[in-house]
Amino acid sequence: MAEFLQLLFSGLTVGAVYALVALGFTLIYNASDVINFAQGDFVMIGGMATVFLAAAGLSLPLAAFIAILAAVAVGLLLHRLAIEPARGASPVALIMITIGASIFIKGVAQIVFDKQFHSLPAFTGSDPIALGGATILPQSLWVIGGAIVLFAALYLFLERTLLGKAVLATAANRLAARLVGINVKVILALAFGVSAAIGAIAGVLVTPITLTRYDIGTLFALKGFAAAMVGGMGHPLGAVVGGVLIGLMEALGAGYISSTYKDGVAFLAILLVLFFMPRGLFGGGSVERV
Amino acid sequence: MTKSAFGRQFVRASALHAFALATLLSLPALAADPIKIGAVLSASGPAAFLGDPEAKTLRIYVEELNKKGGVLGRQIELVLYDDGGDANKARTFATRLIEDDKVVAMVGGSTTGTTMAMIPVFEDAKVPFVSVAGAIEIVEPVRSFVFKTPHTDKTACEKIFEDMKARGLTKIGMISGTDGFGKSMRAQCLRVVKDYGITIVADESYGATDSDMTPQLNKIKNTAGLQAVVNPGFGQGPAIVTRNYGQLSIGLPLYQSHGVASKSFIDLAGPAAEGIRLPAPALLVADKLADADKQKAVVTAYKASYEKAVGQPVSTFGGYAFDGIQLVVEAIQRAKATEPQKIRDALEATKGYVGVTGIYTMSATDHLGLGTESFRMLEVRNGGWIEVGAR
Repeated sequence: MAEFLQLLFSGLTVGAVYALVALGFTLIYNASDVINFAQGDFVMIGGMATVFLAAAGLSLPLAAFIAILAAVAVGLLLHRLAIEPARGASPVALIMITIGASIFIKGVAQIVFDKQFHSLPAFTGSDPIALGGATILPQSLWVIGGAIVLFAALYLFLERTLLGKAVLATAANRLAARLVGINVKVILALAFGVSAAIGAIAGVLVTPITLTRYDIGTLFALKGFAAAMVGGMGHPLGAVVGGVLIGLMEALGAGYISSTYKDGVAFLAILLVLFFMPRGLFGGGSVERV
Repeated sequence: MTKSAFGRQFVRASALHAFALATLLSLPALAADPIKIGAVLSASGPAAFLGDPEAKTLRIYVEELNKKGGVLGRQIELVLYDDGGDANKARTFATRLIEDDKVVAMVGGSTTGTTMAMIPVFEDAKVPFVSVAGAIEIVEPVRSFVFKTPHTDKTACEKIFEDMKARGLTKIGMISGTDGFGKSMRAQCLRVVKDYGITIVADESYGATDSDMTPQLNKIKNTAGLQAVVNPGFGQGPAIVTRNYGQLSIGLPLYQSHGVASKSFIDLAGPAAEGIRLPAPALLVADKLADADKQKAVVTAYKASYEKAVGQPVSTFGGYAFDGIQLVVEAIQRAKATEPQKIRDALEATKGYVGVTGIYTMSATDHLGLGTESFRMLEVRNGGWIEVGAR
């Protein structure tokens, strides 16, 4: 039982991170049909910028805040300089642009920051909390709590605010959205900005656990993408469930079966979902986007 | 006067000038040509972190040596090529070193790949080749003209097991990275573990970019009879393993590898690093070595001259190149000859040469010549290293 609990904690922590990245994918996908593979790099920017600002003498909350703003700026620039000029290109072309942007961001990060691994101190101490024979780090609670709060906020934003509905409307039909007076350009920029903020917050939360480096975004992007696919691309709840599921499967697989195939779990999950439920767990029946 | 005419005249003038100087000042040097030593290193490209400090080291060393008068009264000429990490290019340059440059010995081969590609060229030409690459395959089986300077994963494993044996730890767990470094070291550890009467009761692995190893460590923790854990790995993995190890409060001795022997590992792993042991080359703890230490003088001298000339902190890789060229030069001095065959014989007869990496004693069956004493067993205490265990 204690062993199971330990694996559960491990899976939940990692899963919460994947869920946050998947949420970022979801938001941009909802607004623009683009799968933004630079999403993982927002996580990196959040973590790295916080590390360097904190090292420069800023207090941790202030450093984190500025880092999140920096990531938002990068997200807006990504939209303005890379996505917006290619407006009208096919989603596949846009996805390739985001992959290029991701490589570019990593390159710049190597120069602006450095090529070393960095860490942040845990927010509320690093003494593990014992629980039913297993242990969990206080920082894990921060990550899990952060994921829940961000998910709730995003859900309320999309479902309960006019601006959020405008995002959904833009996703459903761009032309119709424009006809009813929605400024589509602003909505798209908003989606990129908010996505970047979510990614950066995730980066700040997980850096004390996972450490960070200029290229750590690739892994997060892949796992977050898998989570979003499993949950059903475009569904905030699906993103969260998908993330937690993949985190749990990885932890339980490594604990009970073999750690050799740990990284394969996410990809196996994508394959299974594509074969049997092409729209993901929460993808619903036959919503055809035109 | 046209530019080229001026150039020709200038060349003629300086040649005359140089000739006059040479005749006047250094008659003996004219009689003796420089001794040509070749080098093919990956000074650029993906393996530049190896080849760059190696190339810099060779240049600095040869320049210093020539200022002191060279070897056997002759200057050393270093013929250095950059293969960019490409084994094909390395082989082409190796052929050029033999056929055009006619070198008497060669130091280089930054990676195992480039080294293996060049070995046949030097074996056929019967010219000694001192490799600075890691893998044990380079000297096992022994090839008559191939030597190498860097210690191997196997030596690191042996050092760790030696320390475990001394502490009475016989049942151990292993958690290895699945990157090249982790895989290779795990294989070597499995090969030698029986010699020390130690059994591996748990054998887990993790991906090079994993961010949580608690599932694997939890499995190891629940293995009956476990007494210690080894983590062959490179990069951030070992730091996360160390943190997770602390989180699960496993409380048994944890050994890391030489792959993370740097201050940044302690910083990343945080307080959980306290009490961890790992084998490390003397170069990384130069300032911590005892004054009576045999390697202290050579290590501190190399560190000082490299850091002064380059302005960057010294790395183990440059040390391998330093030992490589030093072994060749020393062999030439002992052989009092520069024929490749005689240099080879002298290299094989190297005894107790004190280098940066370790103390080399070669033989017909051992073309590396380093034992476990080339590693120091370090323990993390109060956020710094201390040397532990008898040597």
